[in-house]
Amino acid sequence: MLGILWGLWEGLRALGIHYGWQRPFPIDETTMPHIHDMIGALFQRPNPEAPLLVVTLLRAARFTAKEAALGFAMGATGGFILGALLAHSRMLQRGLLPYVVASQTVPILAIAPMVVVWLASIHVTAWISVAVISAYLTFFPVVISTLRGLHAADHRAIELMRSYAANRWTVLWKLRFPTSLPFLFSALRISATASIVGAIIGELPSSVSGGLGGAILNFAQYYSFQPQNLWATNIVAAALGITFFLVIVAAEKLVVRRAPEHVA
Amino acid sequence: MNAVTISGVSKRFKGGTIALEDIDLDIERGEFVSLIGPSGCGKSTLLRIIGDLIEPSAGSATVNAKPARQARRDHDYGIVFQDSVLYDWRTVARNIALPLELAGWDRDRRSRRVEEMLDLVELRGFEDHHPWQLSGGMQQRVSIARALSFDPALLLMDEPFGALDEMTRERLNGELLRIWQASGSTVVFVTHSIAEAVFLSTRVVVMSARPGRISKLIPIDLAQPRTGATREDPRFFELATEVREALHMGGGHDAPLAATGLSEGAA
Repeated sequence: MLGILWGLWEGLRALGIHYGWQRPFPIDETTMPHIHDMIGALFQRPNPEAPLLVVTLLRAARFTAKEAALGFAMGATGGFILGALLAHSRMLQRGLLPYVVASQTVPILAIAPMVVVWLASIHVTAWISVAVISAYLTFFPVVISTLRGLHAADHRAIELMRSYAANRWTVLWKLRFPTSLPFLFSALRISATASIVGAIIGELPSSVSGGLGGAILNFAQYYSFQPQNLWATNIVAAALGITFFLVIVAAEKLVVRRAPEHVA
Repeated sequence: MNAVTISGVSKRFKGGTIALEDIDLDIERGEFVSLIGPSGCGKSTLLRIIGDLIEPSAGSATVNAKPARQARRDHDYGIVFQDSVLYDWRTVARNIALPLELAGWDRDRRSRRVEEMLDLVELRGFEDHHPWQLSGGMQQRVSIARALSFDPALLLMDEPFGALDEMTRERLNGELLRIWQASGSTVVFVTHSIAEAVFLSTRVVVMSARPGRISKLIPIDLAQPRTGATREDPRFFELATEVREALHMGGGHDAPLAATGLSEGAA
């Protein structure tokens, strides 16, 4: 698969440059650098005093990962609690769910500076503000899936619990929660990658420069000279997202014991 | 003393459908009673009223001389549905232990009881399997073990073998009778198979539809224990005929006779 994508990229590039294609965009060295140049850039120094690009980017990735992990943890926990509350009460669900949905229609770039300003005024470190912005992007799929998952139990399984005179809390813990896990994990997989995006976007308006967001801003300014550096940063950012995703998939394998055909 | 007493029970669902009308029924301790009737006769509804899973619109159900609700709270009955309703994320052993956990048994006592149950339903060696790794018949045996694990005086069964093939069904019928005799419990069994009702029961309650009523009580005087030979006993056929005729008199025109294996020329 990777090979095919590589071939498509390089093929399009070669044809585009050879025939001077102007669509969908002018194809040249700057718009479509060689993939081996992007990867090669990782192992060069952007300027003579700097360490290898890959070292700088991995440091940035570690910083962004810290923000994203905290954001993911806050978003997932908050989303689960909110989802469970909404599942518990139809009235709360009617009252609150529209606002939860509306929260996601507000552009994150508009929210981010406010969060930074608010939290800075109570002396919260900038990277934690970024985590909060990341959480904002993370919690929504978790709320929706928790709500759905907690209602997914078979009605006979609920009758069975009733026959044991189980209370509401027991039904939640022994039946509804385990039933919701496959739903929850599909949401966490989405949220895991969203948390990285959230952290990178969060870094832009909050003048946090140690992360991948800072690196992207920096290399975007020098794109016309060194396009491969921005592309290399993208590769590292994508790798970080994939890593988060795989961690969730691994956790799911450990936790969810279900029939293979039931996996959501 | 009666295990179950139903007096004057009616059930009207929202929308006005009358599922049951004025049902009276006494079930003695140790009986094996089958409820049989066409779909829509309210047999499953009646079973759920006994188990206090739904409330009657009128009348009352008494289990072990207490109101059905109290009996449910006291864990007086175990229930088996048509689907095994096992929890996929639990192993066989932990599925069987579920009601014991809820009743607060400690771990040692639970695992000892689970061992006994595995022997009873002949599933030893499968305790660490997950439900989806078992055949339909084995899943239903786990479900029966779970229902019996806390030693309830009453076993409620809602078409437990309805989804199984004929051979598995006959084998499980035999196992169920063995378990019933070993445990000395009372069984209320919903089915729409005439052969199954006659083979298993000490009494068959024939019901008719719209509104759901009891149309006939038929005592089954076949010798115990029942075996493969019982199914070939002329008395077995007489009783099956009696049940079938009662079903027809009750307007049970949509009873799935073809599923009974006894329906030659009956339609």
